[in-house]
Amino acid sequence: MSGGRSPGLLAASDVVDAALAASRAAGCVVIVDEVSDANVRFANNQTTTNGVRRDRRVTVVSFVEDRSGVRSGVASASGPVEVSALVAASEAEAEGSEPAEDASPLEGAGTDAAFAEPPETTDLGVFAGVLDDLGPAFRAARAEGRVLSGFAIHEQRTTYLGSSAGGRRRHVQPTGAFELVARTADGAASSWAGMGTPDFADVSLERLDERLRRRLEWAQRRFDLEPGRYEVILPPDAVADLVLELDFAASGREAEDGGTVYSAGSGRTRAGERLTGLPFDLWSDPSAPGIECAPFVVAPVSGADTSVFDNGLGVGETHWIRGGVLERLRYHRAGARRSQVEFAPPADNLLLALPGAAGSLDDLIAHTERGLLLTCLWYIREVDRSTLLLTGLTRDGVYLVEHGEVVGAVNNFRFNESPLDALGKTVEVTRSERALSREWHEWANRTAMPGLRVAEFNMSSVSPAS
Amino acid sequence: MAAFDGGFAALPFDAVRSAALDKAGALGCRHADLRIERIRTQAVMLRDARLEGAVDDLTLGMGVRVVRDGAIGFAASVEIDADAAVRLVERAVEAAKVTARAGGEAVELAEEPDHGSAEWTAPYGTNPTQVPLSDKIARLASWSADLLAARSVDHVTASLLCVAEDKYFANLAGTTTTQRRVRLQPSLEALGLDDASGFETMRSVAPPAGRGYEYLDGDGWDFRAELAEIPGLLAEKLHAPSVEPGAYDLVIDPTNLWLTIHESVGHATELDRALGYEAAYAGTSFATPDQLGRLRYGSDLMHVTGDRTAPYGLATIGYDDEGVAAQQFDLVSGGVLVGYQLDRRIAALSGAARSNGCAFADSPLNIPIQRMANVSLRPAPGSGPTTDELVAGVDRGIYVVGDKSWSIDMQRYNFQFTGQRFFLIEHGHLAGQLRDVAYQATTTDFWGALAALGGESTYLLGGAFNCGKGQPGQVAPVSHGTPSALFRQIAVLNTRAESGR
Repeated sequence: MSGGRSPGLLAASDVVDAALAASRAAGCVVIVDEVSDANVRFANNQTTTNGVRRDRRVTVVSFVEDRSGVRSGVASASGPVEVSALVAASEAEAEGSEPAEDASPLEGAGTDAAFAEPPETTDLGVFAGVLDDLGPAFRAARAEGRVLSGFAIHEQRTTYLGSSAGGRRRHVQPTGAFELVARTADGAASSWAGMGTPDFADVSLERLDERLRRRLEWAQRRFDLEPGRYEVILPPDAVADLVLELDFAASGREAEDGGTVYSAGSGRTRAGERLTGLPFDLWSDPSAPGIECAPFVVAPVSGADTSVFDNGLGVGETHWIRGGVLERLRYHRAGARRSQVEFAPPADNLLLALPGAAGSLDDLIAHTERGLLLTCLWYIREVDRSTLLLTGLTRDGVYLVEHGEVVGAVNNFRFNESPLDALGKTVEVTRSERALSREWHEWANRTAMPGLRVAEFNMSSVSPAS
Repeated sequence: MAAFDGGFAALPFDAVRSAALDKAGALGCRHADLRIERIRTQAVMLRDARLEGAVDDLTLGMGVRVVRDGAIGFAASVEIDADAAVRLVERAVEAAKVTARAGGEAVELAEEPDHGSAEWTAPYGTNPTQVPLSDKIARLASWSADLLAARSVDHVTASLLCVAEDKYFANLAGTTTTQRRVRLQPSLEALGLDDASGFETMRSVAPPAGRGYEYLDGDGWDFRAELAEIPGLLAEKLHAPSVEPGAYDLVIDPTNLWLTIHESVGHATELDRALGYEAAYAGTSFATPDQLGRLRYGSDLMHVTGDRTAPYGLATIGYDDEGVAAQQFDLVSGGVLVGYQLDRRIAALSGAARSNGCAFADSPLNIPIQRMANVSLRPAPGSGPTTDELVAGVDRGIYVVGDKSWSIDMQRYNFQFTGQRFFLIEHGHLAGQLRDVAYQATTTDFWGALAALGGESTYLLGGAFNCGKGQPGQVAPVSHGTPSALFRQIAVLNTRAESGR
């Protein structure tokens, strides 16, 4: 885990300074992403592929100004980049561009003391504990007629950001995920467990394997159920699968244009409107314990609600929904000015909680007269933007709960449901905890979610998959 | 951007190759290969005819894969010289040792002839990544403005993705290949608002293509004609009736059917999935190898091939990322499962004599895995029916055009698709659009209901840039050729009703 740059490459902070020095434009932002990662995959009770990688990507954003306005241009490259050529390329892109609708002044935004430090790195050693336990786990699984597969990945991403306005920021983002799937040898039953982690210190293969062993035992009794609207218990991981979609759709500009679940018509959004009966809070916070993320904007490209002009600006705690009311949507500075709302940049984590909720998943099960306990959701896609209707599948473990106890496993279903409707139909909520969305964790690793008991969840058809 | 795009050919391939492969040999590797790739990716996004964002990115890097003592190791970096190559081989060997500790069967790779020193270039006119940004903005802005001028259109988003891939490969067996291909994906979507009916969107159904910039000038798709249609189609859709759910005969256009083929046949016939190697992520397959030659996949009309040689196909290449020459092979013949897509490891595991060339890595920094060939449905023999003739054979049905939402389960049984345009068919004629349509089926029931194929004149290569598989996730471009086709009595849902409204 020791830091260090690759031999043969200029130090990242020097690349930033060299690019800024080479810039002939009115303004310039330079982002250097140093990525070090390691991964191991396993399936059929054996390790399969693996990799250790070092990547460095340099992004130069140039801003040129004339009487028609400010134009921006972006060029990026990985590898042993010739800095002056990259700067020239981004300036050429800016010249060939048109006046930017998202133009705002570049701002200084401070200097991190560690700016000149080398990047953090990782290697397969981070998995030492897991790899030591895998061999015995495979042997035990073979003996017990189970098949294990899964994946471990750990990444250290060190981002350096410098601006001609003076800012010099550095952020180290550790990201890890561990996933384990256990199947019976005949493939009839399976279950999944996953967790997000910054360093693998908290990952216990034994503990996850034990959880899956218990779930495969539940599956020894099997019930075939028809499609219909069921009460469901969504564990925090499955809640993350659904609730991240609320975040993905939260663009202020797109809501104003009239095409999303947050649109109120006539160029207006639903900000200020009550979305859920229960007073849920949905927010991002770069300093949230265990799921910390970059406290400044890193935007290598402009979009509907992110802007290259905002690079380096601070990102703080931002509530999207507070007390069940839509508080704000994402806006870059220029969009916020135009719509007379607050600048609301995205952050790389998401938290959902119901203030005062204290129970656990076991409590949800105990309070369920008849319902389905899910494990995780899969292949989730938007069906109807206006309601945020999503489709997808249950995967790796659906269990029937009767009179407060799990009584067996059930077939999989295709669901058609909106996460906003699901929050609206929620009847019980647990405390919030670190969760890993199986569907989205590669793009959104850091979430904290409660478990939910939801009435009338639409299981549209049966999936024969197991 | 010539300044930093130049000189892939000038990289020190020979020095890097001999350093890496000599080291791998010295360390006792049974197999070793080296890939150096440069991938130029450009994206341009416009909203309401104004530039929203643009990126111009170059990925340059090198990956080394070794097989030593029956274990695989992979290491990759962005440095490209002989010293870096030696370090990568050492790290790949170390990775093989470390992960082998957990045990497992010895890895074998199926034999492949030594192809010597080979070059391959895809057919294209103008490399789309060499066209100036200003030209792309001007073209998308002009198309957007045309749409915005129509009364039914309130907003327009437009985008263009362009990619050029240069790839150098060398292995211990003596194969050395140098390859180049390009691709592009234009997209335009119009949004219409209506006080009474809310909003609807209408997207261009032009497929992404392994073609040069000339594609935008009409070489392979008539953009002008489609743009002229979109406002009228959008206006009609805004006021179209909501579908009555139930079973309908579906005539499915290639612009929609390609995705159904991709999900229900393409992924289901990947042997690594069928053998459980994707059980934790992409999933497995109902089409297990014990059913090869017996599984009734669909009706007798169904012939599906895997093909890495189809002109303009997104998965088309000369040699795959394990040095295997591109091939065409049968997957489903006369409605029966007859083959699988393979890479060299899976081919050896399954006892096949040779891989059919489906290894691909989306980046020099990722390990090659089995990825999809262009998996295509054969049209009716001879001249075959037109789409209108297929529609004429339907009493009550829906003609489905363009893809939108898609989802299928992890064993590739249960799927649900929506689309861009749904036309009610009454007594053999189109009778206006419908809203809120989704179709849902189980793979073998769906293909069993295949009642008629369109002829060659209806055949089109659809496809996507972003097929996901593997961990760490990799995205692969892939095309699917298909005619229009008729499926009898498929379940159609109303998506408003599904949401409880």
